[in-house]
Amino acid sequence: MTYRLIVNDTAHDIDAPGDMPLLYALRNHLDLKATRYGCGLAECGACAVFVGRDVRQSCVLPLAAVDGPVTTVEGLAPGDALSPVQQAFIDEQAAQCGYCISGMMIAATALLADTPDPDDAAIAAALTSNLCGCGTHVRIVRAIKRAARMQRQARNAT
Amino acid sequence: MSLTRRDVLKSVPGLVVGFGLSMPGVATAARFVADMAETTRTDQLRAGGVDAWLAIDAAGRVTIYSGKVELGTGVATALRQLAAGGLDVAFADTRLLQADTALTPDLGYTAGSKTLQSGGTQLAHAARLARAALIERAAARLGVAADTLTSANGHVVGHAASSAQRLSYAALIADGIDRPLAAELPAFAPAVHRGPVGQSIAREDIPAKIAGRFTYMQDLVVPGMWHGRVIRPPTTGAFSPDAARLIAIDASDLPEAAQVVRVGRFVGVVAPDEWQAMQAAERLRLAWDTTMTVPAGDALFPHLETLPATRDVIRDTGPAALGSDAHTATYHWPFQSHDSIGPSAAIADVSPDGVHIWSGTQGVYPLRAALVELLGRDDIRVSYVEASGCYGHNGADDAAADAALLSRAVGRPVRVQWSRADEHGWAPLGCAMRMRLGATLGNDGAITAWQFDNRTPTHLNRPAKQLGAASLLAGQLARDLVPDTRHVGGDRNTISGYDLKAEHIVVNWLANRDMPLRASALRTLGAIQNTFANESFMDELAHAAGRDPLAFRLAHLHEPRARRVLETVAHAAGWQAGESAPGTWQDDGARGRGMAQLTYENNAARVAAVVAVVVGTHGIRVTHAWVAHDCGPVVNPDGLRNQIEGNVIQAINRTLNEAITFDPYGITSLEWSAYPLADFAALPEIDITLIDRPDQPILGAGEATSAAIPAAIANAVHAACGLRLRTVPFKRGALMTARREHSA
Repeated sequence: MTYRLIVNDTAHDIDAPGDMPLLYALRNHLDLKATRYGCGLAECGACAVFVGRDVRQSCVLPLAAVDGPVTTVEGLAPGDALSPVQQAFIDEQAAQCGYCISGMMIAATALLADTPDPDDAAIAAALTSNLCGCGTHVRIVRAIKRAARMQRQARNAT
Repeated sequence: MSLTRRDVLKSVPGLVVGFGLSMPGVATAARFVADMAETTRTDQLRAGGVDAWLAIDAAGRVTIYSGKVELGTGVATALRQLAAGGLDVAFADTRLLQADTALTPDLGYTAGSKTLQSGGTQLAHAARLARAALIERAAARLGVAADTLTSANGHVVGHAASSAQRLSYAALIADGIDRPLAAELPAFAPAVHRGPVGQSIAREDIPAKIAGRFTYMQDLVVPGMWHGRVIRPPTTGAFSPDAARLIAIDASDLPEAAQVVRVGRFVGVVAPDEWQAMQAAERLRLAWDTTMTVPAGDALFPHLETLPATRDVIRDTGPAALGSDAHTATYHWPFQSHDSIGPSAAIADVSPDGVHIWSGTQGVYPLRAALVELLGRDDIRVSYVEASGCYGHNGADDAAADAALLSRAVGRPVRVQWSRADEHGWAPLGCAMRMRLGATLGNDGAITAWQFDNRTPTHLNRPAKQLGAASLLAGQLARDLVPDTRHVGGDRNTISGYDLKAEHIVVNWLANRDMPLRASALRTLGAIQNTFANESFMDELAHAAGRDPLAFRLAHLHEPRARRVLETVAHAAGWQAGESAPGTWQDDGARGRGMAQLTYENNAARVAAVVAVVVGTHGIRVTHAWVAHDCGPVVNPDGLRNQIEGNVIQAINRTLNEAITFDPYGITSLEWSAYPLADFAALPEIDITLIDRPDQPILGAGEATSAAIPAAIANAVHAACGLRLRTVPFKRGALMTARREHSA
């Protein structure tokens, strides 16, 4: 089967079985490697992407069930620019190995879209489906709070 | 992908400093050479123990060829800081070449938080030597005495502010080769804080990782590669070749493009597309004859007591037996997982012209040596590619061997990606151990005799030349092998570090052939288990002696730096004498604090921790952790804090939540819901005090902190509610059982 996907604002035709998870279309057909395999069970969040405005675990989302435009970490900001969330993760050095960080940034971006000033509980709730093995947790929380400040400042400035 | 040594080290003039990165004390020499590529051939480099080199080319660019790898801990940045600081060049003008058996020297493993300890000091020394050689050459050029010159950001300049003398390093190097020059420095010079050393330089790898442009091992693509999966026995993780015998293979339901590979009990599938390979692995039907070779979960520790052991007396200054008045306690630690968030992956290209392996291994040379024996050929190149975080011997090496067997069978490059169940079930585990302690107290409350006895498997089953295929999972399955490994790691920090007049310390090593599950290196090796026991026991003795745990420790601890970290953390936490008197149970949460300290490996980083807990029917929660840390000179304060924070979070979770589960056929905890990682719901506050000692040798940093946390938690739980937990993990169920037994 051929499936038409909109990924990071570009249309692609993917020739693959409909039961193949979106993760493999992104990584192997479109060479978008920032979306990563962690468990294949929707337990760890390493493969999180946006489908429309919703965060979905692409490792368990069949290609045939993708019902909106897909945004990956490569598409969080245009070209070489960085989104506020990305910039905040760099500013806080919020990574050790960094393998989980793509999924963390997707979850954080979704959180800040609805909650401009999240507290610790809101951040923890937004990250219940995201795991980190290195123990970078406190920095990730700091980065999300910094990104929230950056976004609020940007909004106030306009 | 066919980068050669000559491509990397160009045939251009340069200044080359060879040094002993893994062996302190190797004579270091700087040479101006006409052809860097020629000079740094491996055979010349290895003379006299030289195993790494620093090269400055005619453009002033500095390259470190060290064989050390970035494992996601920031060491690549720290090594570059040391080179830049010693040479007095900009951080941006330095780079580190990652390990590759075709390009970098053999440095064994990047492990044990040792990169800066064993390598950083030598590198800083080599960089200063290069700087001295450049100044000497400039002095000869200018016809002045060397002591009238100094360095300034990539230049040799006159000391005097008015001096117009200024020669760039690049010019000094490119200007032709007058004569070979050798300069030597004393064996040890402290890593002075110069330039970027001691600064929180941002990590070089993080921007690409955040932008989604970083290529992990899991992301690497080699032209023409197919995808492989390995289907292992249903006796998951069982070490014994008797656990499962392969009876039959039925491949009738496989996708057309897939191929099956079988070597002994090693079975894999290969297909052009990854999803096809995954489908093929699902559809391949294997019939196994299985045997129970693993004790049931709660029978593990009694089982370990029945195994034959090799007895090692570590220290023998006290009685082997204590009187009936002795205090005794026995502590247990379970098998634990490596927790890498990305399951292991590797690529192998086994062709008639040679073998090329890409792996996230911690040691390209040892892996190569094991693969030479597995494949029966020695034209093998292993290139390091950074993978998901690695806290010891995870599945990275095994995935490489899987890929090698599959590629050899199908005659094309093959990428193997382990599944989550593969990683949880088949990557080597952190070791289960039992520690038994005894001590007597004098009338003054001081310890008069101390006895320690543990049972442990070796903590090192990594790939090695002498073990060959037996050290790789694919080799174990293909040939029914169990490695006969030397004893490593179970003795780490068995010595408490306190000044005890009479000690009897024994390690009982269990043999791999008797172990039900495969264990190997996980953060701190045996230090976390042994320190959990030693520092819990110190707390028990302090209470028995009626002393505050801080005062009791200080009364037995005389090494100044260890005392300093303990006093520092106590001050930072506002420790009050007597505050840890055992409290009473409260359903809705009793609070308490506990402490622990260690000198890692008895000679490296000094770490002390205080943790605060709240204990109740909800379980145990750590609310605050204070850490004081002395690892000599602090090369990158923020990088060090990042590592300490990570170790605190990891160690809290290892203590409270982590234990592999298994039944008589093998491991049953094969995904994250059965083996939970730390979540974001109950993060502790973390306060870190770094004690910077620029005048001291660099010591390993990072994982030492892990070893202090478990006992600090156990001691805090006791302070909160009077329960003494001696078996990790301290899950809610174990806590409630302890409570019932205590009140019964």
